[in-house]
Amino acid sequence: MKKRRSEEESSECRCRITRRRFLSSVGMGAMAVATSGSLSTESHSAMSATEASSDSMGTLLPLTLNVNKRLHHLLVEPRWSLLHILREHLGLTGTKVGCERGECGACTVLIDDVPRYACMTLGLEAQGRKVTTVEGLMIGEKLGPVQEAFLEQDAFQCGYCTPGQIMAVEGLLRRNPSPSMEGIRLAVSGNLCRCGAYTHIFEAAKRASQLRQRGG
Amino acid sequence: MTDESTPRYYIDELTVPAIPDVGEQPKPWEKTTIIGTMQPRVDGYERVSGTAVYPSDLVLPDMLYGAILRCPYPRAEVKNIDLTPAENMIGVRAVIAAGNLDRDLKWTYSSSSQKIETALFDPQCRFEGEAVAAVAADSPYQARDAIRAITVEFTEKAFIVDETNALKKGVPAVHPDGNQVQTQTYQRGNPAEGFKEADVVLEETYTTACEIHTPMELHGCVANWDGDRLTIWESSQGVYAVQKEVSRILGLPLSKVRVIGHYMGGGFGSKLQAGKYTIIAALLAKKTARPVKLVLTREETFLATGNRPPAHMTLKAGVKKDGTLVALDFRCTGTGGAYPAGGTSLVDWLIRDLYTCEHVKCTATDVYTNAGPARPFRAPGHPQGSWALEQMLDALASAIDMDPVALRLRNIPTVSQARKGSPPYTTTGLEACIQKGAEAFGWQKRRTEAAKNQNGPVRRGVGMGSALWIVGDGGPPSTVIVKLFSDGSVNLNMGASDIGTGTKTVMAMVLAEELGLKPDVIQIEHADTGTTQYATPSGGSKTVPTEAPTVRAAALDVKRKLLDMAAQDLGEKADRLEFEGDTIAVRGNPSKQIAVLDISGLNNAGVVVGLGQRGPNPKDKVINPFAAQFCEVEVDTRTGEVKILDFLGAHDSGRVMDRLTYDNQVFGGITMGIGFAMTEARILDAQRTGKMVNRNWHDYKLPTALDVPAQMTSLPIERPDDEANTTGAKGLGEPVTIPTAAAIANAIHHATGVRVTETPMTPVHLMVSFKDLKKETTDAA
Repeated sequence: MKKRRSEEESSECRCRITRRRFLSSVGMGAMAVATSGSLSTESHSAMSATEASSDSMGTLLPLTLNVNKRLHHLLVEPRWSLLHILREHLGLTGTKVGCERGECGACTVLIDDVPRYACMTLGLEAQGRKVTTVEGLMIGEKLGPVQEAFLEQDAFQCGYCTPGQIMAVEGLLRRNPSPSMEGIRLAVSGNLCRCGAYTHIFEAAKRASQLRQRGG
Repeated sequence: MTDESTPRYYIDELTVPAIPDVGEQPKPWEKTTIIGTMQPRVDGYERVSGTAVYPSDLVLPDMLYGAILRCPYPRAEVKNIDLTPAENMIGVRAVIAAGNLDRDLKWTYSSSSQKIETALFDPQCRFEGEAVAAVAADSPYQARDAIRAITVEFTEKAFIVDETNALKKGVPAVHPDGNQVQTQTYQRGNPAEGFKEADVVLEETYTTACEIHTPMELHGCVANWDGDRLTIWESSQGVYAVQKEVSRILGLPLSKVRVIGHYMGGGFGSKLQAGKYTIIAALLAKKTARPVKLVLTREETFLATGNRPPAHMTLKAGVKKDGTLVALDFRCTGTGGAYPAGGTSLVDWLIRDLYTCEHVKCTATDVYTNAGPARPFRAPGHPQGSWALEQMLDALASAIDMDPVALRLRNIPTVSQARKGSPPYTTTGLEACIQKGAEAFGWQKRRTEAAKNQNGPVRRGVGMGSALWIVGDGGPPSTVIVKLFSDGSVNLNMGASDIGTGTKTVMAMVLAEELGLKPDVIQIEHADTGTTQYATPSGGSKTVPTEAPTVRAAALDVKRKLLDMAAQDLGEKADRLEFEGDTIAVRGNPSKQIAVLDISGLNNAGVVVGLGQRGPNPKDKVINPFAAQFCEVEVDTRTGEVKILDFLGAHDSGRVMDRLTYDNQVFGGITMGIGFAMTEARILDAQRTGKMVNRNWHDYKLPTALDVPAQMTSLPIERPDDEANTTGAKGLGEPVTIPTAAAIANAIHHATGVRVTETPMTPVHLMVSFKDLKKETTDAA
């Protein structure tokens, strides 16, 4: 238990942006201003939404995101959350938006295998990290084991919290392939389900653990 | 992939039910092969893979993002508004407010006859969160920046947000005519006389807090115009209801308003109608000639998209020593907020109708307050009334030294006493829910065991509650179309929304049962006013009993048409033919037959289309679902913490359609009931600001995975209700959340002897309730 906690802490530390890194990314952004700043005054119709968007200073920063093993090169406002970028710019709408303030977990993704709220993560913070969304659990058109288990056990109703729940369980199973019931409950306790499908979610997590170990 | 290419009509192990004569109702299914089994959802793949596109997920080319400026005060007048700072901002494409709309648009929060109409942007803001202006911009960030840049000069006005004081003299009036919306009374028998017959009379006051729906998907939509044709993708429980409202407000023909809601992330009653945001999105899209996505923030949904009204209830009850309930006198005050919105709607229904009682009087007073308008919330009124009635039943049982289960069983009605002429129920499983539920839960044994463990600081208790739901019957109108393709696969077309209850799956199962198919070959189109058939909103636990018989009727129509076509091929009369597996054969002469897929009519036309329409319900009978729930809790009297250890839900909702989604619904309803009982309350700063102080999920607590039992039990009391409709199913979604809170309170009382009469039963609240108890424990120690 103790060991797990320290692992988690170190994973969290890896995701936090250091002051030095933050400054360096702002520096890169400042260079980008010279080439992209003028875009903001032009008519919207001539450019894509990404290009036309800008903060009040007209600053767009370059960002390379590794999402589901694909690299995306983007120009972003520094304040854009990872959630906003995933949903509105990359079309990865499996990651849901529930509160945008770190309360519900609908936006849970894995960052370097650790479940994180994408609404509380700036896009820039994810630079150089490995982001996995629910779409990234698919094996081609086939459901991954956690997804399969959720379907089998009917571990959802409206389905809106579901991708977040699935990512929380995926994160749990990546660090502990055979979790206890208490471990499962803790792992999804940061993911609200208003339909109240929790008991089926617990069953799905148990089933997913079996399926993963069978290589399913 | 192997069976993809093989013809699908008729699967070996499945039977094809017989077809009734034209004009006759189909017989109830005798033995089912699909219905009643555990079927994973037909749209589960989309939901777990992330490919399901919910309205809030939609990204259209050239799309803008909307945001709404809301009144920060419970009551204020907009004196002046300066939009120019927002209009001049980068990325801002439109700003709208009162005064810059092309025409006057009217809005009403109530769908009842008691309407108050206002301007869409009303300068008189009567609740915190009322819409004042709106913008559309290139990004949601810019839209919210623009909202902050608009300067509004508000004149703050005196407010009232405390419903218990709303009718006192001298308090500010929400509307010119005062704060009384209405007082409704009901009486049967003579309660004053009834109380004289009673051996024990008790009176208690109960309160339930205002609960907010907070579905996971935020309220909102995407609106797009093609010339004068409007398309709206709305997170909705009923696309036809949204279409009607938008068309009325904007003055458009219904045919020019297309509303689509294939997926939606929960509503619980708060998404039965269009929102003000729907109209605003359409206006912003019109003004910019671009698609606009307008999804509210979580904070906005706490303020302005509905709630379950608070209830202040007093119940006086009289019982004879033998357990006969003789008289009930119920008074209730509630508020639907600043507009007529059912502030006391159905709060008294269980008092009137759940148990046999000769003398009943109910008085409900609905008042205005400067708070967000209510909307129907899963079983409107019922959990509130249940909180009072079920606790009172427990107290009466204790007073006459009778078991709470036995007392309830002593007062089981077979007719609906509250309705004119006391019509009988088609079926009632109330007695069976209580009796079989108690047996399965081990009621007697667990009560006795828990009672042995009630001296220390940590105590156990066992409690129960029962319920009925006023509707859950379904009914017309509904139209469904079933299309059989020439390879035997099927398309089902219906207007109903699947709000997470598994509607699509259940309907696929009905079709599969009737046609002898597997559900996975059925493709479903639904919830689109442009392409699917008419349906009323998914609410009231009526979707299955409304749509399932309609789907069955459409399937039967397909089968009749196939018989007619086969008759032509075989040169026989259709009434001499019958289905034999994957063929149609002459009755008594099975050698004369044709394979369904060889029927020339089917192959020539490409498809056979069946039409189903929902017939009427039986006259002079009442169709209600019934319920009883049982739980065990552990109470720490030193901290006020309650662990809910176990729950059992025994439900009579007629035939069980999909056992998997059925159980899920039961556990979900109990979970929501746990929130209502233990954690949820809208907190308004009544004295100083009138504002809601917990408008987020951090301060307004929903039950999490740690707040529910690790396992719960669902015990269907299955009695197919053949009189109700041709599938025998009644509604389930609402009864499952009605008795939960009272059952928990009864268990806490059993554990501690303390009657907790106010929700939510938070640790702080319980510590106050346990004050005397704590002293006793300390003294004893």
